Amino acid sequence: MTMLLDWLLAPLAYGFMQRGLIASVLVGILCAVVGCYIVLRSMAFLGDALAHGILPGVAIAYLLQVNLTIGALAAGIAVALGIAFLSRPGTIREDTAIGILFAASLSLGVLLISTIRTYAVDLTHILFGNVLGVSPGDLWLIGGLACIVLTTIVLLYKEFLVLSFDPVHAAALRLPINLLRHLMLILLALTIVVSLQIVGVGLVAAMLVTPSATAYLVTRRLSHMMVLAAGLGAFSGIVGLYLSFYFNVASGAAVVLTATMLFVLVFLLAPRRGALWPRRRSRS
Amino acid sequence: MVPLPEEPARLEMDHVTVVYGGHLALEDVTAQVPHGARVAVVGPNGAGKSTLFKALMGLVPLYTGQIFIHGQPLGSHHDCVAYVPQREEVDWRFPVTVADVVMMGRYGHLGWLRRPTARDRAIVQRSLEQLGILDLAERPIGELSGGQQRRTFLARALAQEPHILLMDEPFTGIDVATLETTLQVLDHLRDAQVTVLLSTHDLNLAAAYFDQVILLNRRLIHYGPPEEVLTPETIVETFGGQVFWLEPRGEGPRMATASHCCPPEQSVPRRR
Ligand SMILES: Nc1ncnc2c1ncn2[C@@H]1O[C@H](COP(=O)(O)OP(=O)(O)OP(=O)(O)O)[C@@H](O)[C@H]1O
Ligand SMILES: [Mg+2]
Repeated sequence: MTMLLDWLLAPLAYGFMQRGLIASVLVGILCAVVGCYIVLRSMAFLGDALAHGILPGVAIAYLLQVNLTIGALAAGIAVALGIAFLSRPGTIREDTAIGILFAASLSLGVLLISTIRTYAVDLTHILFGNVLGVSPGDLWLIGGLACIVLTTIVLLYKEFLVLSFDPVHAAALRLPINLLRHLMLILLALTIVVSLQIVGVGLVAAMLVTPSATAYLVTRRLSHMMVLAAGLGAFSGIVGLYLSFYFNVASGAAVVLTATMLFVLVFLLAPRRGALWPRRRSRS
Repeated sequence: MVPLPEEPARLEMDHVTVVYGGHLALEDVTAQVPHGARVAVVGPNGAGKSTLFKALMGLVPLYTGQIFIHGQPLGSHHDCVAYVPQREEVDWRFPVTVADVVMMGRYGHLGWLRRPTARDRAIVQRSLEQLGILDLAERPIGELSGGQQRRTFLARALAQEPHILLMDEPFTGIDVATLETTLQVLDHLRDAQVTVLLSTHDLNLAAAYFDQVILLNRRLIHYGPPEEVLTPETIVETFGGQVFWLEPRGEGPRMATASHCCPPEQSVPRRR
């Protein structure tokens, strides 16, 4: 018992581990909650595209010697609004707009990065994440943005629910549909920027999709799905970080693989969605 | 019920034309629907019935003309019009229960940042009861039969407590029990003085249960009480040869049904 406790407490002796843990729990929760809408609206592609769309912003920020997070934030919001603009009703489909912007901004990002001679450490961290390098300032930023995004999602729960489930009814209720769509994209962009430091551009999509998809398998209401996904995201963040500490492996990858393990476990126990539940009910 | 003369028309269509990419779906439709009336919209497939409802909801832009609700132009009112589409375009695998969906009818009354109150829950409960689906309240929407899904969305429209209810072909593809429930709901709505527009292919139902009938085939062909509007001549004018005449059974000569299950392609009037 004490051995387990020691094992759990030992990493917390380090400040960077404390900050890393808090950051990965925050990001785990945030990605999972926002990811519920991504999973339900089948927009996993969008999450990935936005993450890669952020690259040119980061590269430009690096070239201009300004804060990388600010560059990422600006690029994320620009790409989000670009997608919204290109996919206005009556023009091209949303996934086509995403595809176009995704390819363009990824190419621009690669092009800009290739001009940077010394392939800097900071930049690789943006690509693959570096949870152990979270400074107190970063932590405040992550915490603040996570608060803003989560509060918005809670406050606009019913509007986002009806918009994603039944856009025609949303129109009948005279909700400002375009405004809400843009807001959703911006919340997604903020989430991705916050997550970059923890899991990197390459793995953000996995953090958005995997815990939410796991929760979807066993819940029948959106609110329950969000709460469960948040729990799974936080749990993956913690377990992944301990794995990374003790086995000296990349933290972002460890977090994502933990989330994937959970998904596989639930998927196997509930082979079809909800398959587990009717059986349980009839037994009780 | 005789329309109250002092009430302004709840619903006014003034030279409404709707165009889909060069194709005229509705042409110059003008009609006033009085307070509390129950109106059947009848016409063949592709006549523009659904388009008319979408126009009334502001879901398709008007090419020309105007729509007034309570004398106000479309868009200035809140959520006093409820709409039950012909085909719900919702995500059936979305994690919402029947009660969640019906509660969505209350969202317009709730407004921003507010959570449902006990009163909203009572209204949802009552709507579920009225449609006979209270026992399904906690079931996910995707696990219902087609008829149960129809009842759910009708319950949501009731929970919205609308002044005007638009029902696009609620009688198609349902069993006798659901038909009976739907007719009961219509009677309840009449007591509550709700104006109802309902599209149907069933001329007998239109004749038996409605105050007014709109015969529509891209243009408004006739509008008035069923006994005036549903004559053999006007029906042939609307449906072309696509009508079966049944033997009169002591109820006068007007027993016609439009064949809508398998309409002969060539007899559908195509006047583009
Ligand atoms: N989104 C659309 N884009 C282009 N044309 C459309 C669209 N929706 C409907 N139409 C056309 O407009 C006409 C009217 O269609 P509408 O759906 O209003 O007919 P309807 O009377 O409801 O028919 P049904 O009895 O089959 O439901 C049809 O010719 C149809 O092809
Ligand atoms: Mg129709």
